[in-house]
Formats: sequence, structure tokens, C-alpha cells
Amino acid sequence: MGMNLDIVQETGASGRQLAYAAFNSNALDDQKANFPAVTQTIPKNIWVDHLKRIQTDQDQQAFAELFGYFAPRVKAFLMKSGASPGMAEDCTQEVMATLWHKAHLFDPSRASVSTWIFTIARNKNIDALRKQRRPEPEELTWGPEAEPEASDVLVMQQESDQLSQAMKALPGQQRELIEKAYFGDLSHGQIAAETGLPLGTIKSRLRLALTKLRQTMK
Amino acid sequence: MNTMNKITHHLSDQLLIGYSAGSLPEAFNLVVATHLSMCDECRAAAQSFDSIGGALLQAQPTENLGDAALAKTMALIAKGPKAAASKPVGSDVPDPLSAYIGGGLNDVKWRPIGLGVRQAVLKTSHAATARLLYIPSGAAVPDHGHRGTELTLVLQGAFRDETARFAAGDVEVADEELHHKPVAEIGHDCICLAATDAPLRFSAWIPRVAQSLFRL
Repeated sequence: MGMNLDIVQETGASGRQLAYAAFNSNALDDQKANFPAVTQTIPKNIWVDHLKRIQTDQDQQAFAELFGYFAPRVKAFLMKSGASPGMAEDCTQEVMATLWHKAHLFDPSRASVSTWIFTIARNKNIDALRKQRRPEPEELTWGPEAEPEASDVLVMQQESDQLSQAMKALPGQQRELIEKAYFGDLSHGQIAAETGLPLGTIKSRLRLALTKLRQTMK
Repeated sequence: MNTMNKITHHLSDQLLIGYSAGSLPEAFNLVVATHLSMCDECRAAAQSFDSIGGALLQAQPTENLGDAALAKTMALIAKGPKAAASKPVGSDVPDPLSAYIGGGLNDVKWRPIGLGVRQAVLKTSHAATARLLYIPSGAAVPDHGHRGTELTLVLQGAFRDETARFAAGDVEVADEELHHKPVAEIGHDCICLAATDAPLRFSAWIPRVAQSLFRL
């Protein structure tokens, strides 16, 4: 019961809210059957569990559900960034395939699933549309023994939800500016006017998460 | 690679947003990625800007995919992952930079550019230039100004200019306003990774000749 409420809260006021909530509650039933323990510790964000199912069980059902929600959004993002519909379609498929192959690298204490997919789609965009290499910082991963704590995962997912809500609450003009910076082709000089991003406490959470990760890496 | 000394000069939010949005030229991305490998403060900031991207993605109106999109994606998955670039082992520079050098600092093909200073241009897209600079202890990079933006990340040693002291991990973001003459500190040679999106402007005519020869 509590779970469904959470999910409605998470999706916020969009036209698709009802369909999405119904879709999610079905997914949750599947998930309960397969992963009772996980459902108890991380009730909030079902996409995290979907990724876990892909990673540990190569679960095609979980992938299909994730695909149904995220692929149309990735395609929209790529088209806004300048890809033709045909190219966006192909790139979206590659982005979603990368998600499957890299599922083991996803760290839910440091990102939401949508953030992680955003970074894959952005890199695909740079590679396919701008024909550039994308230098990435050194990867920091939990060793084979260690894993992020469930409470850290929960907090990060909550922070991400709050950020999504805060973005929705922004005045239209400010939101447009941010969208332009992320989807358009503003040079870094033009981004100068960009202030007031609703980051809240997510930056300090991420800083904390990195410190914990560094400690286990020593 | 997480440098032990305290980093005091960080990347601007402007650059971190550009890196997150994917709108920086490749040479700038290289400096940013190398700095993020050394600085958890900026890495956390960069990841928080990625979270903005994630929130925007989630809020996108959807674009329908073709009927066979999921089946085609499953076929792509069945082919297996693309071969990842082999990771350079035991390099003395962070991974992203090591990939551009093709190894560590010993593998850099330095070219003298005068007054003991050496450089090596790294291959990136043409929108900006990335290069490594080797400034011997006590030597100076000729006095110069900038038309665009210049990022200078210290990898080893330290330099000073008119504004401050920059040590390993520190990055100086110089714009058109700044006219400076970086000098390597006595005691250690200084090695930097620098990127510019416009040619530098040197004050003296001799560096200008060198500039046309060496793509400064």
C-alpha cells in the first residue's frame, strides 16, 4: 500500500501518471514474487530493482518494462539534441543495449536510474552526432566484496526524486534555459547566466558517497 | 588517482554543466575528466549536474519507437558488448589522460618550444587544442593573453602566475581578461595539461613566430 503511494508521489503531476502507477504496481507484484528481501529494504524506486534483476538474472521481463518507460524518453532527448528520428531510433536501441551490458556498473548510491541512462544517452550523442571521443573520469567501483548500504541507496533515490519535483516546480522560463543548456548547443560561455539549479543537498550526498567509496577502496 | 595534497583551485560550475550536458569541445572534456579523476569535490558536483540531466530525461514527453525496437535491441544485446578500449596499466597519470597519451608521462613525445619549455599536442577534435606542457623548475611560459578560454591543470610540480599558486590537481580557468606569465616553482619541474579554444596571444614577437610553428 505504502509503495503505491510513493510511486504516485514520484511521478508527480503528469498526464501519464495513472497509467504509469498502474504499470508500476504490476511490476511490483512480479518483483515481490522474485525478490522479497529487496522489496523490503528498497521499497522506493522500482527501477533500481529492475536493473538489479537485469544484472543478476539477465531478466528480460525487467528489461522490457524498463525499455517501455525509458526508451521513448531517450529517443525524445536525442531528437531534441539534434538527431533525426531515424538516427534517434537507432541510437536509442544502442543506448538500451549498453544499459544491459553495463548493468553491473550501475551504483544506486550515486545515481538514480534516469541519471545513469541520461549519461549513457549523452555519451552516445557525443559519439554518434558530434563524432568525438568522450573522456570520462577514472571509474570508481565497489570491490567484489563491498556493496553500497541499502540506506545510502534509499537516500540517493529520494534525493533524486526531490530533485525531479523541484525541477517541475521551476518557473517555465528558467526550466527552458536549463533544457537549452542540456539539450541545445549552448557553449559553456553562454551557460554563464544559468543559476538557481535546484540541487538541494544532492551534491553533499554525492560527496559523502564518494568518501565512503574511497574508504572501501583503500 | 586521488592526489593527497589539498586541491584549492577547482573547475567552474559553468564548465561542469558543459561537461555534464556534453557541449564542451573534446579538449576541454579531457581536462575536466582528468581533474575529476583527481578531485572528489568536483566529481560530486559533476554528478549532481548529471542528476539534473536525469531529471530532465525523466520529464521528457515521449517519442514512440518502431514496433520492432525492443526485438532489435535484444538482437543488439545478443551480439555482446562492444570491445572496451584496453585499460592502460600502472600509468602515472589518470586514466582519461593516459588513453590520449597512450601510456604515462615517459611515453610523451615532447617538442621544445623555447626557453626550456616543451610541449606535446594531444589529438582531439579541432574545436579546441589540448597539450601537455613541461616547464623546467624556475622557467616561465612566455607572457600571454587569451582570446577564448584556457584551462591549465597541474599534473606534477607547481606554478605561480600573477593570480595565485597552482599545485598538482589544481586547475586554472583563464579567460580573455587574464594576461599571465606562469612560472614553474623552484625545486620541481612542472607538468601541466592545458586546453584552449582559441590561439593564445603572446606579447613578444619571438613567441608569435614559435606559435605559428608549434600550434600553441
